[in-house]
Formats: sequence, structure tokens, C-alpha cells
Amino acid sequence: MARVLFTPHVGGLLVLIAVIVIAPYFFPSNFYFRIFALVWIASIAVVGLNLLMGYAGQVSLGHAGFYGIGAYAVAVLPHHFGVPSLIALVIGLVVAGGLAYLVGRPILRLKGHYLAVATLGMGILIAMVITNEAQFTGGPDGMSVPRLELFGERIRGSDTWYWISGATLVVICWLALNLVNSPTGRALRAVHDSEVAAQVNGIDIAREKLKVFVLSAVFAALAGSYHAFMGPTITPVMADFLHSIELVIMVVIGGMGSVFGSVVGAAFLVTLPQLLTVFDEYKFMMLGLLMMAFMIFLRDGIVPSLGKLLRGRFAPAKAEEPSSPKASEPSEAKPS
Amino acid sequence: MTLLNVDGLGIAFGGVRAVDNVSFAVPPGVIFSIIGPNGAGKTTLFNLISGLYRPGMGKVWFDGKPATGLPPHQLANLGLSRTFQNLQIFFRMTALENVMVGRHLREHRSFLSNLLHLPATRRQNAETRDAAHALLERVGLSDYADTIAGNMPYGALKRLEIARALATDPKLLLLDEPAAGCNPVETEEIDALILDVKWQGVTVLLVEHDMKLVMKISDRILVLDHGEVLAEGTAEDVRQNPAVIAAYLGEHGQKEIARADG
Repeated sequence: MARVLFTPHVGGLLVLIAVIVIAPYFFPSNFYFRIFALVWIASIAVVGLNLLMGYAGQVSLGHAGFYGIGAYAVAVLPHHFGVPSLIALVIGLVVAGGLAYLVGRPILRLKGHYLAVATLGMGILIAMVITNEAQFTGGPDGMSVPRLELFGERIRGSDTWYWISGATLVVICWLALNLVNSPTGRALRAVHDSEVAAQVNGIDIAREKLKVFVLSAVFAALAGSYHAFMGPTITPVMADFLHSIELVIMVVIGGMGSVFGSVVGAAFLVTLPQLLTVFDEYKFMMLGLLMMAFMIFLRDGIVPSLGKLLRGRFAPAKAEEPSSPKASEPSEAKPS
Repeated sequence: MTLLNVDGLGIAFGGVRAVDNVSFAVPPGVIFSIIGPNGAGKTTLFNLISGLYRPGMGKVWFDGKPATGLPPHQLANLGLSRTFQNLQIFFRMTALENVMVGRHLREHRSFLSNLLHLPATRRQNAETRDAAHALLERVGLSDYADTIAGNMPYGALKRLEIARALATDPKLLLLDEPAAGCNPVETEEIDALILDVKWQGVTVLLVEHDMKLVMKISDRILVLDHGEVLAEGTAEDVRQNPAVIAAYLGEHGQKEIARADG
């Protein structure tokens, strides 16, 4: 029993559920429901991006674009075209996934970090469209979002969205963990370690990367839709480049290739600015310094570093095999 | 009936003909070795056959199908797998997971089923795990199953790579210097493993520097020099071919052979 509970898979999910359920008891005010709802929402996007970065080894610098698509889909479609909110949400997910497919399919056949550049351009383009199509989107001032109605009830209030986004995050983490521990996940991790070896073992690397890129775009769009529903207003800032960078930083700080690291990274970056308000105008400077500190002292990210520390301390003493220097250096994937 | 047919294959890098007009045929069920001095183009030839490089000229047929310039994952699907001279291991995965990746092509891997962890995926995971355990046992690495590959000794990684390649159920296995950097005991183990692979019905295409090993286990040997075929035949033919002796084996090589004989 204990063994099952402490596998990262089940144990981690239980911890996450416990945190989501218990945290509200410590909230000093209702305002915190909103902040932590934003943490769970950001986490949904970051878990997807982490699958792409931490497992497939690809960087997207335009994920906020997908976030923006999700957000504006549930705002524009119901407001201007009378589309029911829930259907608008699904349309947003499909559009984001479809766009990811169109951008990713030609790009992911190329070796190297072309995806980062392509998504960078795509993200900027999406933000520009949102800003400029003011008759639909309200331009830079943003727009208000019609409330979601489920079974005749209007879904409103930060506390409601806290529970909805928290529950959704648990499902998203479960999906991500499933994927990691499946043939697809093994293929992705293989691609990350050695593309050449992955190929000769029959893995169509372009295809596997494309799948996870599309999935990550859909997760980001879902997060955007939730954010918009919680409202009260949305602005093009959600889709802009800085937000994309923020998502990438959440992945890196939490830990690449760690599903729960994604949540920790998101929590860190969403709550930190609130804590740093005491520094007033030096807030961003403090944020920058903290990031540098992370890159210097915790390069693997919070969760993997902690994991390593705990394993080192509590693991049963097991004779490590002496590793020859030649073998332990992952050589660049280039056959000579 | 030939399993692999290479006809006039060639590639040039910036005017240097690394492989030039190479032709040979590998019948099924044999150990076919390619030897030659450093820089003769052996690994380049491997990279051409396994689809990592696109040939500049010539044709390849595999198992009766045209296979020229196919990407590696499609060749793997046809039944061609390989190992690398400079280890291409998934260093952050365990030994078992490395071999499990080799089962990729034979796995039921619907994305939706993987995402939802449906019974089909659970069954598949168990099946793959069993197959990988069996292969680790076959190459003598059962003790390392849960060890991260990055922490394994060099000789074990050499065998791990073979186990992973075997996991793809290949018809033809390309081994690029499987004994390079191994001590005599490890070389002996790899030698036995290659013979075992052959007895299981997998054809082996071998590049190896260890002459003793090559002469002992090869059914046929192809000698490359400066990217061209110098000779082809049985170990005996090659050993007595004056061109081979002059160009490749030389005085030192003859001594090696004498030692291998004795």
C-alpha cells in the first residue's frame, strides 16, 4: 500500500488534491481564492508546456498566443455571435490545436530550435490581431466576458473558479502523468536524450513532437478560457510575448520534465509579485534577481532538485556503479 | 535471395568521396563484416544504409523492397536496426526503459488511450516491460534493469544498445564496433552475444576493429579502403588477398592474423 502511495504518480496527485482542498482554510481573505485560482489556471498551461519542453525538448515562445485564443474565444463568440459559452470554449480549443498543428507540422521536421522562432512570430501575430480587431475584441482596453452558464446556473465568483480550476488541474496532471508513463511518453523522453537513437528505434520524431505540441496548445487554450470566464475582463496582455516568457520561466523554475514542478513553478511566479509588492517599484528587479539565483543554484528547477536531495538522504544505500566518464556524458546526437 | 542489396552506393562530403560506388549483397542468416582502416568509410556506409545520410548515388534494397533514402524510422519498421560506435543511449532513462523504447514500433500506441491510461495502454506497458526484461536477461544485464543508464559501466552500455536494437525485432542488425573500448572479457561476451543473435535468425552486419573477433565469427567479409571496395569473401579469402594484405593489413596486420590463428 505504502509503495503504491509513494510512487510519484499516485502520491503526487494525492498531495496536489490535499493542497487544493486544505489551502482555503489558510486564506486570510477571499481575495486569495482569486490568486490561487490563477495559480491553478496557469498550472494547466504550464503542465502542457512542460510536456513539450521537458519531455520533447522543444521550446515554444508563443504559448500565450494559444492562451489568448482560448480567452478570446469564450469572450468574442458568445458576445458577438451568440455562441453558447461552452461551445465557444470547445471551438477555442480546436482552433488552438489546429493552429499548433499547422505551425508545428512543417517546423518540427527541421532539426534544432526552429519551433521557438516560429512560435515567437506566431504569438506576436496573435497578440497583434487581438489588439487591432477592436470592433470584436475591444482593442488594447480589452473586453468583458459573458459569464459561463451551466445547467441554468451562472458560474461566478473566485471561489467557484478556484474549485473548478483546481479540479481541472488534477485531471490535467493525471493526463500528463499517464502520457509520460506510456509508449508515447517513453518515445518523447527518448527523443529528448538522443534523436538519432530514437529514430533508428522506429520513432517518427517529427510526429511525436507534433502530437505533444498540439496537446500543449490545447491545454494553454483551456487555461486561457478559464481565466477569461473568471474575468471580469480580458486584455491582449494575456496573449503577448511577456506572458509567453512567463510561462517558459514557470516551467524552468518548477523543473523541466516534472509534472508537479509545473504547478510549483506556476505558484511561485503567480504569487511572488503579490509578495513583492512591498518592494514597490523594485518588484521587477527583485524578480529578475530571483530568477538569476535560480539559474545559478537550482538549475534543475525546484521539484527535481528537491527530489534529488530527498533521494540522496533517504534512499537505501546502494552501491553506485562506477561510471566511466565516456559513458556518463550524453554525447551530442551526431554519428561520426 | 538476399536480405540487403547495396548497388553502387556513394556519398561525397565537400568533394571528398567518403563512400564511392560500393556494392555488395548480404544473404539472410549470416554475419557479414565490414573492415578497413580508420577513415575507410565504414561508419559512413552504415549511416547510408540505416537512413541517417541520404546517398548521393546508388541504390539500396532491403528485404526485396527499395530502401534508398528512407528515413531511419521507416527502415526500422521494415526490420533494420543498428547500434552506434559512440554509444547513443538514453542516458536519463533506466536500462529497462531504454529497451522498452526499442519496442516502440511493435507497441499499440494510440495517443488517446495513452492519455487516458486505458486498459489497452496498461496491457501494453506490461507486455513491453516483460519483453524488455527478457531481452535484458538475454544480454546478461538483468541486474541493471532499474539503473539509470548514465550510471552504468561502459561495457554494459554496449550490450544495452544491442538489447535495445533487438527489441525492434529486426531482420538485419547493424553493429558499429560493438567491442570498441571493451576489455578482453567483455569482448568475449559480445562475441558470444553476436553468435547467439545469429542463431536466433537475425542477420548481422558488423563493423569491427578487433580482427580476432571478426575473423572468428564472420561468414563473409567486405574490405573497404578510401571509400571503395577492396575485396570481398570469406575470412580465408580476405586473409590471402594480396591487395588486402598490402593496403590494409600490412606487416602489423599479418602479425595480428598469425596471433589470431595461433
